[in-house]
Amino acid sequence: MHLLISFITLVVSSFAFASNVQTEGYSVQRVADGIYYHQGSHEEATPENLGAIANVGFIIGEDCVAVIDSGGSFREGKLLHQAIRQQTSLPICYVINTHVHPDHILGNAAFKADHPKFVGHEKLPAALASRQQHFAKQFSQILGDAYQGVEFIDADTLISIDSPQTIDLGSRELLLTAYTTAHTDHDLTVYDVNTSTLWTGDLLFVERIPALDGSINGWINAIDTLANLDTEVVIPGHGPAFKSEDSTGWKNLLRYLSTVREEIRLIINDMGTIEEATASVATQEAEKWKLFEDYHRRNITAAFVELEWE
Amino acid sequence: MMGRNAIFMGMLTVLMSFSFTLQAATADEELWSGLKQTYFGDREIHENADDVLVLEAPTRAEDAAIVPIRVKSVQPQTADRYIKNLHIIIDKNPMPYSANFHLSPSLGEVDIATRVRIDQYTDMRAIAEMNDGSLYMVSRFVKASGGCSAPAGKDMEAAMARLGKMQIRMRDADIGEMTQAQVVVSHPNNSGLQFDQQTRGYIPPHYVKEIVIDFADENLITLEAGISISEDPSIRFNFTPKKHGILKAMVSDSKEMTYSMDKQI
Repeated sequence: MHLLISFITLVVSSFAFASNVQTEGYSVQRVADGIYYHQGSHEEATPENLGAIANVGFIIGEDCVAVIDSGGSFREGKLLHQAIRQQTSLPICYVINTHVHPDHILGNAAFKADHPKFVGHEKLPAALASRQQHFAKQFSQILGDAYQGVEFIDADTLISIDSPQTIDLGSRELLLTAYTTAHTDHDLTVYDVNTSTLWTGDLLFVERIPALDGSINGWINAIDTLANLDTEVVIPGHGPAFKSEDSTGWKNLLRYLSTVREEIRLIINDMGTIEEATASVATQEAEKWKLFEDYHRRNITAAFVELEWE
Repeated sequence: MMGRNAIFMGMLTVLMSFSFTLQAATADEELWSGLKQTYFGDREIHENADDVLVLEAPTRAEDAAIVPIRVKSVQPQTADRYIKNLHIIIDKNPMPYSANFHLSPSLGEVDIATRVRIDQYTDMRAIAEMNDGSLYMVSRFVKASGGCSAPAGKDMEAAMARLGKMQIRMRDADIGEMTQAQVVVSHPNNSGLQFDQQTRGYIPPHYVKEIVIDFADENLITLEAGISISEDPSIRFNFTPKKHGILKAMVSDSKEMTYSMDKQI
């Protein structure tokens, strides 16, 4: 993976802009012409890391800029805003949220003054409505000062499951696709037509253990579709961006989810219990993922209560 | 039946005002002594009753909305001496009195598992009420938070679409042999504590309040429950069918909707 990133970096350094831009230690990487992202760290959110644990970034067109996920805190949103201003003074016309999770949306308010359209899956408003009170309570404690300024902003531009929409940043079209329940029940991907870059949101985790908050069956189905799209570069929700020839990221995710599903089904068919499943299922995956201990058994619990209704 | 539920809700009301005045400064022991007084009055409770029952719960729950717990009796259920009721109390939940299992001596033994929500780090208690009225308690501390006010369901639409669907899951039973069965009903079990920003109100409570499990026209288990029970309420239990008969599970919820399922054994 590092080799690939080096390769991408090599390719893009031939462009006019530097590939790494730093603001107060907050750096964005350029993965394709006009496309930058900040790679989140493989940690839980803390006051020190400002909740910057997910990949967030932006795409610059000839007329304006689209932000794709805004950060895991108001503070990260501000840093991302500054990173954009290092690259361009064009207006920010869209903030696209790939899904509701706090590491992807808590920076939204940092872009409010730009009056962008806030874009999300048609089920994002319901997901936000049911969770925001809980998030506010939890993340104001987890993030401390970095949280100050967070506002939950309702999406005003919604993408329906059966009808992908295109938005235009000026000679640059982004195709927005809404999915049926997978990582969550409101996942959205962004595809930059000019460079064939796919921004997956959390439909893809690389290196960091995936977190299941939707449907294991749905997610496995979505991977079938996504991994076969015609793309050049993929920016996952977590972990490094990569060139599409390398399918390792998709394969690892599919292997993890398929193993979990298969082993849970065996336990359910044998009248086994959740406790047995959390103790034994897919433990061989432990050394293959960062933060395995923090999320794996929760994934098993979520998958078990889904699969017992098959 | 209405009477029992009225008592249940009455206890909640008493308790809410009570725990409010106790809040914050009081230690966990004081919280429990208040709960004990509310639910059991001056009755003696034998604590640390490891020789009567065992409570299994994770020390740190993976998902606060789905915390598996299991209670087992150490001594057999006999006609002379048996656990008549099993009370589950989760001290710091909004509705601490979480479940009351009415149990038959014909179960042979008590081995019951369910899934609960945990709202914050809390003591959890299982109290066995014997047929002679004596009370025995075991407790565990569980680290989990956010289970009661956490957003309902990962996929609310899918959950509502299968509302009331039931399963009785068990292997082929041998007459006279102890067997395990699980009754599970698809139900959102909305706690009434989940805020809906769009309607500017709380999603109304809609939860399973009773599950009756009979075998061969005899009651094995009747669960009176509240909002501490997880979405898709589940009871797993052991019993010994002494003859062929029908295992029947009947569920009623807070909107007076009923669901049932049976299985020939």
